[in-house]
Amino acid sequence: MKIFNLIGKISLSTFENLGKVTLFFFMSFFWLFKKPFYYKQFLSQLLDIAFYSLPVVGLTTFFSGMVLALQTFSGFDNFNDENTISKIVLTSILRELGPVLAGLMVCGRVGAKMAAEIATMRVSNQIDALETLSTRPMQFLISTRLLASIIAVPFLVLIGNIIGIFGGFIVATFKLDLNPILYMISTIDNFNSIDLIQGLIKALVFGIIISIISCYFGFNASGGAEGVGRATTISVVTASTLILTSTYFITALFI
Amino acid sequence: MKTKRLINVKNLSVSFGNNIILNNINFYLSKKESLVIIGKSGSGKSVLLKCLMGLLKPDVGSIEINGVNIVNTNRIDKENALKNIGVTFQNGALFDSLTIWENITFKKTRFLGFDKSSAKKQALSIIQNLELDENILELYPSELSGGMQKRVAIARAICDQPQVLFFDEPTSGLDPITGKVINDLINKTVKKLEVSAITITHDISSINNLASRVILLDNNKIAWSGKPNEMNKSKNNIVKQFLINR
Repeated sequence: MKIFNLIGKISLSTFENLGKVTLFFFMSFFWLFKKPFYYKQFLSQLLDIAFYSLPVVGLTTFFSGMVLALQTFSGFDNFNDENTISKIVLTSILRELGPVLAGLMVCGRVGAKMAAEIATMRVSNQIDALETLSTRPMQFLISTRLLASIIAVPFLVLIGNIIGIFGGFIVATFKLDLNPILYMISTIDNFNSIDLIQGLIKALVFGIIISIISCYFGFNASGGAEGVGRATTISVVTASTLILTSTYFITALFI
Repeated sequence: MKTKRLINVKNLSVSFGNNIILNNINFYLSKKESLVIIGKSGSGKSVLLKCLMGLLKPDVGSIEINGVNIVNTNRIDKENALKNIGVTFQNGALFDSLTIWENITFKKTRFLGFDKSSAKKQALSIIQNLELDENILELYPSELSGGMQKRVAIARAICDQPQVLFFDEPTSGLDPITGKVINDLINKTVKKLEVSAITITHDISSINNLASRVILLDNNKIAWSGKPNEMNKSKNNIVKQFLINR
């Protein structure tokens, strides 16, 4: 009997949270279209996500591209072919590695920051103070972050894709001794805009996941410093899990 | 002549699940009156203040601010009614990412179109009245002491010339000397600006400094209400108990 009780409780709490997160998303989306629009707040978030995440995203995708070229070469039993290696690097980066790695990196860097910042504001009454200063916290804090993420994450993925493909090119030409011209021509020939679109759609979804999940747990934090820590951890774990789960379903839509 | 009531609370009840926090609370705040609400921890003081600030919707009852019932009215009317209120939170609740002058003039720069220099000028004149040094304007809240943060919070609350000021535990976390300085400052500010004030506290010294009327909350209800000088003479057991325990 106890086990059913536990299963019931977990299921109810999961669905309750799911409902609350969905409502939170719609509310923050709704406030995006209401005046006033907080440009300064939005631009500072955009800068923080898009610009300051560039090094970490660039570095990750660069080495992933390099590893991919190397693994493809060794995996295909030292099969030395510009077309195969470039195609695998290109497709993997555009469809999967670019968006997922950028998403996870942004989640770790920006998502954690968003959750901790908003949770600190919540437990130190700064969110209540905002309301008393005629400012809607949902509009000022959440909607601006949501919009910034929706724009910044696809941008980061786009840049990450280029850097990742370049990483593959570096290994292919300098380590595997492939012809650089042939490799580049083959990369251009194998480029399929659907792959890019698929990756960008993923990036868009990841941007929403990162901002909404982080802000949701931060916004509903309680219990002082411990509550801030709890909100940060749970938001990063949940958002990372959702990124990896949703990538499967988006991929399935395209196949 | 009937005194104008700025805030009128009627039959207010709040509960979280089965836990009753406030039960049938009735009180009012008149113009230029300084009301102090006291009570031990868990008596519902902070919940009451949250209801008054419009942050928490009560289960039953009404809260009228300048005749507008903020519990049942639409969002716009509620926001307009709450514009008449300035709040100083327990820990200051200053925005960490903003400088002191940006904190003080938050509303002015964001909604009222004040430019940087005029906002700074206004912040300067306010902090000078609160005996703060002008050098703090460009600092961040974390660079200030607890007492200074409380003063900046008061500066932010009075910046938009509200009709009513709320003070949530203004002396908590401060040593007795700084606490007295803050109480005196609140008293001086309220009188100078000719505003009404509600102070939530468990600090008995605040009563003598600030109150023109006192409400004692106990066991989710108003246990006693009266003038501060009547408190010591009161035969109410809850008042006696409260005074002994302080």
